[in-house]
Amino acid sequence: MIRNIAILLAFQLLGETLARGAGLSVPGPVIGLGALFLTLLAVPGLAARMRDTADGLLAHLSLLFVPAGVGVTAHLALFAESGLVLAAAVIGSTVLAILVAVGAFVLTARLTGAQGDE
Amino acid sequence: MNDPFRLWSYLAQEPLLWLTVTLAAYVIADWTSDRLGRHPVANPVLIAILIIAAVLGVSDTRFETYFEGAQFVHFMLGPATVAMAVPLHANLGRVKRVLAPMAVALVAGSLTAILSALGIAYALGLRGEALVSLAPKSATAPVALGVSEAIGGEPTLTAVLVILTGITGAIVATPLLNALRIKDWRARGFAVGLAAHGIGTAHAFRVNSTAGAFSGIGMGLNALLTAFLAPLVVTLLL
Repeated sequence: MIRNIAILLAFQLLGETLARGAGLSVPGPVIGLGALFLTLLAVPGLAARMRDTADGLLAHLSLLFVPAGVGVTAHLALFAESGLVLAAAVIGSTVLAILVAVGAFVLTARLTGAQGDE
Repeated sequence: MNDPFRLWSYLAQEPLLWLTVTLAAYVIADWTSDRLGRHPVANPVLIAILIIAAVLGVSDTRFETYFEGAQFVHFMLGPATVAMAVPLHANLGRVKRVLAPMAVALVAGSLTAILSALGIAYALGLRGEALVSLAPKSATAPVALGVSEAIGGEPTLTAVLVILTGITGAIVATPLLNALRIKDWRARGFAVGLAAHGIGTAHAFRVNSTAGAFSGIGMGLNALLTAFLAPLVVTLLL
């Protein structure tokens, strides 16, 4: 477990170094994610060894964004002023994204003959 | 330390107090959500935020002081993002069979999520930091926060928008897709995960296990794509 956490931190560090070093606007941990994914493709045995740690960490993902969410207390004035606009944007775009994604998936599956569930 | 005010002023400055409050609030919120049958509106993150915000309000504590303690939890977002590579790799076999539909749905859905959020808010008069903070809101929280920071948004605002997006997706997905008579669970799950990340995925798993698995894939792939598209869109359009 400690070894797996060390691996995760090392890939995050690699990602942060690349992101900051090259001035990229992609977050360092996302670059770390990509680099670890490529490493898992090259070393499939590593995936099985890391599964428990990854599952454990991701099972409590929602806890991890509580502190940032509490930051809303610093934006109460903004929500009082623009709450309706933000709500319209969030609800409207979420509905549209679901509709477009499901439509694109179903149509492409029909065109490529990848129909039928497993 | 007999003076309760001196004791309080000591504790209030230490990370221990706010770290404990964060975990305790989450435990209470998770229990409450469970008792309410995991209804999408009874989201544990939302409940935990309300509890902590109330505690901060009553004790007249600034967010910065709170975050001194809570940052230890916040820090784990980075390693958790990297860890998403593991389930993504595990689902590789299922991905290969519907590669084309997923690729098209991913690009179309991801662009729609970013552009429509910015478009609606801009049309209604929103500008500046608040507008930029909307761009990555369909991506899973750790990625969305990182993107928001990188493009000049306000990460704490993005965090709240991400949670509200997830709750919206979990509430509207099933009635919306039933009304459209979409029966392909892969398409349904993928779209929900793409648009409403982890909260949508948790909902998808409760509806159908295939939908849940594809929702997880949609969430992971959109996290990657949003990290590239949101900065690009914001640079080109705003």
